[in-house]
Amino acid sequence: MEYFVQQLINGVTLGSIYGLIAIGYTMVYGIVGMINFAHGDIFMVGAFVSLIAITALGLTASTGLGLTIIALILVLIFAMLIASVYGWTVERIAYRPLRGSFRLAPLITAIGMSIVLQNYVQIAQGARVKPLQPIIQDGYTIMRRVDEQGEFVVQISNMQIFIILLTTALMVTFSMIIAKTPLGRAQRACEQDRKMAALSGINVDRTISLTFVMGAALAAVAGLMFLLYYGVIDFFIGFVAGVKAFTAAVLGGIGSLPGAMLGGLVIGLIETFWSAYFSIEYKDVAAFAMLALVLIFLPQGLLGKPEVEKV
Amino acid sequence: MASMALKRSPRSILIDLAVTSFLALAIFGVMVGLRTETVPGGLELQPQWMSALLLVAAAVGGRAILLLTVWNRPEGAPSLIPAAVREGAGSAISRVGKVFGPALLVFALLLPFLPFTDRYILDLSILVLTYVMLGWGLNIVVGLAGLLDLGYVAFYAVGAYSYALLALHFGWSFWLCLPVAGILAAFWGIILGFPVLRLRGDYLAIVTLAFGEIIRVVLLNWYWFTGGPDGLSGIPRPSFFGIEFSRGEGGFADAFGLEYSSLHRIIFLYFLILALALLTNYVTMRLRRLPIGRAWEALREDEIACRSLGLNTTSVKLTAFATGAMFGGFAGAFFATRQGFISPESFTFIESALILAIVVLGGMGSQIGVVIASVALIGGFEVFREAEDYRMLIFGLAMVLIMIWRPRGLIATRAPSIFLREKKAVSGSLVAQGEGH
Repeated sequence: MEYFVQQLINGVTLGSIYGLIAIGYTMVYGIVGMINFAHGDIFMVGAFVSLIAITALGLTASTGLGLTIIALILVLIFAMLIASVYGWTVERIAYRPLRGSFRLAPLITAIGMSIVLQNYVQIAQGARVKPLQPIIQDGYTIMRRVDEQGEFVVQISNMQIFIILLTTALMVTFSMIIAKTPLGRAQRACEQDRKMAALSGINVDRTISLTFVMGAALAAVAGLMFLLYYGVIDFFIGFVAGVKAFTAAVLGGIGSLPGAMLGGLVIGLIETFWSAYFSIEYKDVAAFAMLALVLIFLPQGLLGKPEVEKV
Repeated sequence: MASMALKRSPRSILIDLAVTSFLALAIFGVMVGLRTETVPGGLELQPQWMSALLLVAAAVGGRAILLLTVWNRPEGAPSLIPAAVREGAGSAISRVGKVFGPALLVFALLLPFLPFTDRYILDLSILVLTYVMLGWGLNIVVGLAGLLDLGYVAFYAVGAYSYALLALHFGWSFWLCLPVAGILAAFWGIILGFPVLRLRGDYLAIVTLAFGEIIRVVLLNWYWFTGGPDGLSGIPRPSFFGIEFSRGEGGFADAFGLEYSSLHRIIFLYFLILALALLTNYVTMRLRRLPIGRAWEALREDEIACRSLGLNTTSVKLTAFATGAMFGGFAGAFFATRQGFISPESFTFIESALILAIVVLGGMGSQIGVVIASVALIGGFEVFREAEDYRMLIFGLAMVLIMIWRPRGLIATRAPSIFLREKKAVSGSLVAQGEGH
């Protein structure tokens, strides 16, 4: 029971990270109808920018709590800004010229951009894994049991609280943006009918660019969380995380923001429990198999609308 | 003459450049300018401002040149590239194709005997031909049937491991294993294809990618069966229909009264892959004329129309998937016997991306395009061999740039399989291709 609760906490934490990346996929797919294959690598760039910023600020575990929080917020804003520029540039260079071209073209350039970003970071920052000393330590003991096998403690670390709270806050903020602001209205209009939206005076190009920027900013947050949680990153983390987050987006129903979050949580939980109870080697297989199963049996996802095929 | 005025005012160009430099600074300043290095006790930043500034300067300079020249031409000015060249680059090749194809074939047949051919050129040609074969195999799935497959390397792996395991454990010969490897790969194609082929284009792409990764992870972790990350070594080399390429009594050189040379085996391998590739091409060209091939192409153009005409789209897709997979399996068996060693390292996603890039950049559905793209990409890889770190970066950039420049690949025209009276090439911009519903 204690083991289960501990894994549940870990799974929710991991799921939050996947969910944040998945939002980028889901928003872009909803509005442009393409899989932004380079999105996972934007997440990776976000993690690296965070690492650089943390190193530059000299943050360590011995920094006081108040100072750490302020510094992390600065790092977060910085990483979001830089990742947004990456997201915007990728869209501008690789996707916008191909808008209106046949469907596979942007997918191919997206794969190309993904390769470019990975190798660019590999060259700029080196191929070795980058370790980071834990910055936020300590936590709270929730459950505790002592029996003949020894002591078992269920802990929720400050880090996990930080990740879950931040994810919730961002989710609320972004849902509000989509639901209430003119930008969100423009996005929803473009999603429904791009031509009609343009006719009613919406700057479609700008709206799409801003969608990419929002996705990239959230991916950067996920990057920072990944860095803090695992303490080690390399230039290749974007690929697997990207595929899993895409799975989450599909599972939740592509185009749906709460769906992406829900999908992220499900994928995070599946992966954690699979590693905990079955085998850690095959955890990626579990996530990928989940993707196949969902697409086959539930193509519209948990919260998505079924797609009507038109001639 | 207002229409002949330059499109951009100096002021707008300056603003544009200012924005560019700001963005470039944000992109390169942090990532390139501050390199993290692991030192005892943590990480350390090593400033690399020079490289970052150079990159920013290059980005701004490049954009300035483009803004002042290509993008600043007056409205309505004739394009820099003559229309004939723009439209005709592809169609010219396909027009010359009648001569070009056979000429290329003769060259390929003669290559091992040409005076300048050495071991290096032969090895490189074998590599190029392997990719030509894989490209042609994938072309059936992507180019003809319009199904985007991002996990093609899985079938390549199935073929390679089938041959390696059968040869190592049962001592089967290459010629016996070759069809078995193809059948097993096709079988896997059907198993994987059956559940997923109902999906629309990009969903299908992601699921095939996931399957490719699953197969790789399984190969990596199923230690007692596949050797895991250590791979399989000591895979038997091919023999010339039973005659080994060995020195001395009973060897190939001895049997044919030739002087022993280590090149004999390479030349044999070269002809082997050439024959396999040509077989792929031949089968594809013949299949295009059969009802099933026409069904593939019809499916690519419009799935709904196909369904309303009574085609069973699932089985049509499945045959394309299985046929493509079979050729992937053949190529895999060849790869295993040529290398003598295989490991999951050789079957990563990047390999699938490379094969797909060959098909798409060559112009989907175009057989000669695949050849040109393979020579260009694999040759390009060799040219940049010195710059080991940079070649994947260049590969990715090339993929993006060629796609933007020619979204339909280098050879965008399509020669129709069926025609009324006279065969006319169809311009790429007039056909829907690879929509992959």
